[in-house]
Amino acid sequence: MSSALDDARTGFSDVWPAMLAAAPFALLFGALAAGKGLSPFEVFLMSALVFAGGAQFAAVELWATPAPVAALIFSTLLINARHVLMGTSLVPKLDGFASWQKWLGLAYMADENWALAEKRARTHSLTPGYWFGMLIPFVACWLMMTTLGAIVGPALGDPRRFGADFAFTAIFIALTAAFWKGRVTAWTVGAAGIASALTYRLAGPPWHVLAGALCGLAAAWLAAGGDAVVATEEAA
Amino acid sequence: MMAFDSLNLLAILGMAVVTYATRVAGLALAGRFDLSPRAQAAFDAIPPAVLIAVIAPSALATGWPETAAAAVTALAATRLPFLAVVVVGVMAVVGLRALT
Repeated sequence: MSSALDDARTGFSDVWPAMLAAAPFALLFGALAAGKGLSPFEVFLMSALVFAGGAQFAAVELWATPAPVAALIFSTLLINARHVLMGTSLVPKLDGFASWQKWLGLAYMADENWALAEKRARTHSLTPGYWFGMLIPFVACWLMMTTLGAIVGPALGDPRRFGADFAFTAIFIALTAAFWKGRVTAWTVGAAGIASALTYRLAGPPWHVLAGALCGLAAAWLAAGGDAVVATEEAA
Repeated sequence: MMAFDSLNLLAILGMAVVTYATRVAGLALAGRFDLSPRAQAAFDAIPPAVLIAVIAPSALATGWPETAAAAVTALAATRLPFLAVVVVGVMAVVGLRALT
């Protein structure tokens, strides 16, 4: 039987590579957010309360003055909808957690620490020590680096000079590759891209996000029709 | 440093509320979630659909250097690790813009 402290140490040693990998993106996020007029305090607050890389990058891409509040919230909801499935899979493994530990701990469930927790749960029982040992340094690093990026970002000048304005696009293309599941994803990406670009030209922002996302989902639904049986067999 | 705008604050709080809801939904749903394979496929498609919908104007409706750099990035994404893909994409756009 290992102590909570041992579990926390194991959690930290599992999470630190993901933490280091996220640091440059955190800095970049802060700098780009500052470029859209967000203050370091607002960046800190968003990182502390939302803590979701993909949704935060998308929000800053959409951000304008005055803030398009409904579009920002809707885009965040769509991007984070995957948490519903992740949480549904993780919750049965949290038997050793007190109720408050579940409600607090799940607030910071992100792709990286969720994946590590699922991996850990295959061989050990998942303890609060492990979960929070992983979570606390990871969240602290994201908070520090995003806020630092917002403070030093403006001193670096026009982000276009380094192509930093394109970094969003490159990050999102790289993330899309991480979600790739073959033919269905190809149809999704094609439909979402074309519908979004057309809507952007014809109706303007922020409608392109909704139109693109819905067309992408419709394409996935249609493309999965013939594959449904195969997909079930693969999952089994 | 501590400056904030009330509309920005409202947006951040709204984003926080919907995100927290997605994260704790599993507490209510665990054990009674049974999607059809087709609905599952549409659910799985949410992240790429949203990511691409967000960047499509920048990739497809800005100019040829951005569109070409997006193509280079997509190609890099098929064979390189995450950070390298981003570096390649950013270098491509800087280089291609210099040609215009």
